[in-house]
Amino acid sequence: MGGDKAVLTGVHFMSGDIACAEGAIAAGCRFFAGYPITPATEIAEHMAARMPEVGGIYIQMEDEIASIAAVIGASYAGLKAMTATSGPGFSLMQENIGLAVMTEAPCVIVDVMRGGPSTGQPTLPGQQDVMQVKWGSHGDYEIIALAPSSVQEMFDFTVEAFNLAETYRVPTFVMADEIVAHMWERVVIPPPENIRIVNRKKPSVSRDDYMPFMPDDDLVPPMACFGEGYRFHATGLTHDERGYPRTQDSEVQTRLVQRLCDKIRKNADKIVRVEEVMLDDADVVVVAYGIVARSALSAVRRAREQGVKAGLLRLITLWPFPGKHVAKAAEKAKAIIVPEMNCGQIVREVERAAKTTPAYHVPKLGENPHTPMEIFAAIRRHG
Amino acid sequence: MVANFLRAPMNEKKVLKLKAEIHILKDQCKGCGFCIHYCPKKVLEESDEINARGVHPPRVVDEKNCILCSFCTAVCPDFAIFVRGKQCMDGC
Amino acid sequence: MAGAFEHPFAVYLRAAMIPHIWCSGCGNGVILNAFIHALDELRMDLDKFVVVSGIGCIGRTAGYTNVDSFHTTHGRAIPFATGVKLAKPELEVVVISGDGDLFAIGGNHFIHAARRNIGIKVICANNFNYGMTGGQVGPTTPLEALTTTTPYGNVEHPFNLVHLATASGATYVARWTTLHVRMLTMSIKKLLQRKGFSFIEVVSPCPEIYGRRNNMRTGLEMMEWFRKASVIANFSDPAKAEITPEKIVVGEFVDIEKPTYEQLLYGKIAKIVKKE
Repeated sequence: MGGDKAVLTGVHFMSGDIACAEGAIAAGCRFFAGYPITPATEIAEHMAARMPEVGGIYIQMEDEIASIAAVIGASYAGLKAMTATSGPGFSLMQENIGLAVMTEAPCVIVDVMRGGPSTGQPTLPGQQDVMQVKWGSHGDYEIIALAPSSVQEMFDFTVEAFNLAETYRVPTFVMADEIVAHMWERVVIPPPENIRIVNRKKPSVSRDDYMPFMPDDDLVPPMACFGEGYRFHATGLTHDERGYPRTQDSEVQTRLVQRLCDKIRKNADKIVRVEEVMLDDADVVVVAYGIVARSALSAVRRAREQGVKAGLLRLITLWPFPGKHVAKAAEKAKAIIVPEMNCGQIVREVERAAKTTPAYHVPKLGENPHTPMEIFAAIRRHG
Repeated sequence: MVANFLRAPMNEKKVLKLKAEIHILKDQCKGCGFCIHYCPKKVLEESDEINARGVHPPRVVDEKNCILCSFCTAVCPDFAIFVRGKQCMDGC
Repeated sequence: MAGAFEHPFAVYLRAAMIPHIWCSGCGNGVILNAFIHALDELRMDLDKFVVVSGIGCIGRTAGYTNVDSFHTTHGRAIPFATGVKLAKPELEVVVISGDGDLFAIGGNHFIHAARRNIGIKVICANNFNYGMTGGQVGPTTPLEALTTTTPYGNVEHPFNLVHLATASGATYVARWTTLHVRMLTMSIKKLLQRKGFSFIEVVSPCPEIYGRRNNMRTGLEMMEWFRKASVIANFSDPAKAEITPEKIVVGEFVDIEKPTYEQLLYGKIAKIVKKE
């Protein structure tokens, strides 16, 4: 489906939202359900225009709860599916994000973060949902979340998000912000053969032997889809390997929930990605992600010019949290600076990983991300 | 022409009739009584025995009265009763 | 795993999940029975069949039917089914859920699915209350009825589900009680053969939770209410299709055709792909 229309190989000038949509299509996404919300609306608009060209489905649902529910349905029917939203819609989605986790539905959710709480600042950036993405739905679970810093990464990380979702049968999040979403930059879209695509594992056994939640050694069960003749059952209730409800059985609950966590935790080394800049001898480590990492890089370079041994640890994967990388960087460092567009969220994880090395949070709320000078000042202050 | 409208009377002895075979899956019964109450021929009644669920499943009073309407099969919420038609000559 | 007990419909059920969880005299089993009866008579391709349900007693239906099935969260069966139907329009997608699931927490999804005329089929067990949580007031609880959260009598006006479905754009609308098993089975067969958004409300006894608080202690007593009060009025005005202690208007109310969402959408896609 879609043929050469699916991957727009070439050099483009596009916005982050459009790059995200193109990344999804290039990754094989053929189902988008969403609801308009600033600053993620352009993803939906671009999908509405592009999906029919590649034989895919665009549907505007009645709300964000319906959007994520339809995405899970499409995923179980065999399509790569996604939705895109911002804070208020993200809050509504939490219920069915839990369902996607519990039923191990591969899907991608883009959260273009704006200022909150509540309706907050629809047109301005934020990084206030980075804990919600991990903990927002009830119960114990693990998910994967990526944080793009550029329009190119809106394309690249959306492709990667689909690959991770399909590999681990887990909802995977692209945690963008209003700036990377609305900014226009140069984007290089490679030829299709240079884009790595991962598809979910299919069962190799017959219908009678198929158990939809029986994991392989990597803790991920192969996935049959509706209409393929397996006649399987899936439920949001605690279920055994056959998919049958077992709500009174603590052993089944332990086995299931532990595996849902372990399939991400035990594969974390394969999932986690960071970018390390001048960390080898760094006395002061700046840990940053998303748009803020670009200011942080500038600040670190300025500090080096002035003789301060600063380095940058950019978190590409927010979840699972790159704790090992933080711990390693913290070993030799005197201080860690964590600039975030919130009142202190990822800094808590940094503190946990850094142990005795002090971590200093640099909050920024409102209109713009931190300037390089603001981060530089924090480096000087604590370095 | 008239011959077309004439027919010999049916010989009941020679006609294959469907005979009811009522199957009651006793231990699946939850004792709601729908089958007993709504049987148009009152073929069923509550039995004295107590099944695995602690209720009295139905028992057949007179299978011969069953007209094979299968209402009991359709109205049973527990898939605990069904009726089969068995073709046989009268008296089998 | 199916067919492990002796019953002509056993092959349609997941044997490991039977007996079902429903109380003695509950109408859910009758609805499941009628549904399977319709499947059996139509000889449907069960490999292309998906049952989706929400939360509540009847929500367990998805797990009992031996086809591809999914038990969603509360109220979300219809949007989930929408995703399935659009992704694979060749699948027959049936939602079986309750009045609280479909019309309280999921009400918005219902009206929009009907408006779009997406080709999913919805069967609603209306038992007048929230059974699984112990009998609270719901969107179809009659005025003055006693529930655990209306201990002094209900003061909320109930939904008329067939009127709501008709006004929202459903192309097939019917209401039966669990006593009308023949008509219900016939209606489910029609529902499965229609293309557009189709809806059947099944008035269903809930003796243990609802009935005993409202002078109907057994399933039989509730069924007797249905027998005495039901009036068949096919293609009558759904706005006047009341459910009161004295009168339950049942029948088929709507049976029309109009293009489905997936027909229109896939038609557009085909044109756009061709133009490219």
